[in-house]
Amino acid sequence: MTTRLLEVKHVTKRFGGLAAVSSINMAIDRGELVGLIGPNGAGKTTVFNLLTGVYVPTEGTIHFDGRLMNRCKPYQIVRAGMARTFQNIRLFRQLTARDNVKVAAQLRCRCGLISSLCRTPRSLANDRQVNQIADELLDVMNLQDVADARAGDLAYGLQRRLEIARALATRPRLLLLDEPAAGMNPQEKVDLMALIQKIRRDFDLTVLLIEHDMKLVMGICERIYVLDYGQIIAEGAPSRIRRDPRVIKAYLGEEYGDVESDTGTGFSVRTEV
Amino acid sequence: MRFWVNRLLGVTGALALLYAISVWATENLQEYYFKVIILCGIYIILAVSLNLVNGITGQFSIGHGGFYAVGAYVGAAWTVLWQPEAARALPLLQLNTLHGHIVNLLIALMLGAFAAGCTGFLVGLPSLRLRGDYLAIVTLGFGEVIRVVLLNIDAVGGARGLIGIPSLVQSGNLGFFWVFLFVVLLIAISRNLLQSSYGLAFLAVREDEVAADATGVNTTRVKVTAFVLAAVFAGIAGVLYAHFFINISPDTFDMNTSIIITTMVVLGGSGSITGSVLAATFLTAMPELLRDFKEYRMVIFSTLLILIMLTRPQGLFGHGELGYATFQRLIRSGRGKTL
Ligand SMILES: Nc1ncnc2c1ncn2[C@@H]1O[C@H](COP(=O)(O)OP(=O)(O)OP(=O)(O)O)[C@@H](O)[C@H]1O
Ligand SMILES: [Mg+2]
Repeated sequence: MTTRLLEVKHVTKRFGGLAAVSSINMAIDRGELVGLIGPNGAGKTTVFNLLTGVYVPTEGTIHFDGRLMNRCKPYQIVRAGMARTFQNIRLFRQLTARDNVKVAAQLRCRCGLISSLCRTPRSLANDRQVNQIADELLDVMNLQDVADARAGDLAYGLQRRLEIARALATRPRLLLLDEPAAGMNPQEKVDLMALIQKIRRDFDLTVLLIEHDMKLVMGICERIYVLDYGQIIAEGAPSRIRRDPRVIKAYLGEEYGDVESDTGTGFSVRTEV
Repeated sequence: MRFWVNRLLGVTGALALLYAISVWATENLQEYYFKVIILCGIYIILAVSLNLVNGITGQFSIGHGGFYAVGAYVGAAWTVLWQPEAARALPLLQLNTLHGHIVNLLIALMLGAFAAGCTGFLVGLPSLRLRGDYLAIVTLGFGEVIRVVLLNIDAVGGARGLIGIPSLVQSGNLGFFWVFLFVVLLIAISRNLLQSSYGLAFLAVREDEVAADATGVNTTRVKVTAFVLAAVFAGIAGVLYAHFFINISPDTFDMNTSIIITTMVVLGGSGSITGSVLAATFLTAMPELLRDFKEYRMVIFSTLLILIMLTRPQGLFGHGELGYATFQRLIRSGRGKTL
């Protein structure tokens, strides 16, 4: 077993004439916590969509755990062990928080259609097991109190945590978080940082994280990729990224580059797919 | 083991009860009302099965009449065209005894359900990639294609249709029994699906397909499964109709039929099984009971639909169910008031 979990080689995605992502290379090892940053419209979410099979790359290859993933369907990629959250929260709004997690937990339990239609003992046992998995994960994400509330009715911060719980229920090895702290208040952000580190330890996860909050990114990521106009313009440890002149020019701006200050939360955050 | 014994006892009890009601209904109800009740049962099967696709899985199909037609014609084709040949070789299949009737009905049901299921698969696999309006148009077109094809097959009577099909459903006072056997079976299956964690995948597809994909749900498979399951039951409804009302023609399964079934699902509240049952009963019984207004049937339908969509866009029952829990809640709130 190699240490390399994800390998992206020369991946390009064009929409008509526009190259949203052009010839990027990324490599992530098992257990790493990596950040992906860049200005609005840089192509970060597009990278996630490519990794999770929502888009098929125009060029290039994506290997996950040594397997070529380019042409896999989204659900196959999830089953291979890669789960994600969405920038513009996508929960099953009419379902309860618990049911949201159960949809994902069902994935690792084998119980067929016929068995469920006939309500056999096997299907009932499966239901109990899935319920238990869901409750455990709701506990982990501190959502036990809202387990029976409709997902669409939850407060914003809770919805973001519920998305993470749902992603965890698929038992991923690589977790992709698209702006998990967007719209949260500073205290919620601090809690979230701690939570991400905790689940990473407890579930033995590798994490790739998109985030505009520099304090959060610099605080928890071991390595950072910087994307600008669909290209990776820098890669390395936070301390290096902070000093990189190209990154400062393209994204961080003079105030944040090289200076340990708290003003990093002031970046505009646009919400889209 | 204990579970299966209980299950067996439960099923046997339900069958016995159903049989008793069936005998009672045949002997005591006026023929006209009896027919209306049977028709209600058939439309309940159609509406609850379409609810699996439109309500629970969130796809908008409006060609359910097509599967209904396939089931009716294939089932009737067995009884009218193929059965006489087969009976010559196999005396068991002859129509001169009650068990001969039952065996033939079961074969017709199997063939009709199978044919409708296969059609569902063939139509569903390519068209379920389409979303919203596009799927609606394709399924509507499919329903019409089936009707036109039937119109042009001389072996099944062309525009005249098949007339004088042996009324296998009615033999032995079992008419009510057969129809409501499948009503109960379908309701039980739908409910089990909705309550199992396996069934959550169907709701997930309805709620957000992209998110369902990203949660590991094989969305294509879920949609095709719902579509085929619904088609199978529409096929069964068709076989029952053909062998109860004994005359079928392509016009029995025209676009109006498809639209009425869709109306039932929307009216009842997409996703609600009880809603579909009540809406199907209401929309079938209403025009029959208000016979004098029959010409205004479609006018009343559309007015009603517009009114309901304006006041309750989620349908009468929304996603909710009317069941034991609702009564408990009603009783509790009622008690609260009196205290
Ligand atoms: N499906 C699509 N069709 C056409 N263009 C697209 C599509 N998806 C993304 N784009 C374009 O690709 C570019 C990158 O978008 P992307 O959403 O990946 O940016 P981002 O880095 O996630 O930005 P943000 O920080 O605002 O979330 C944008 O110019 C966007 O308009
Ligand atoms: Mg984005």
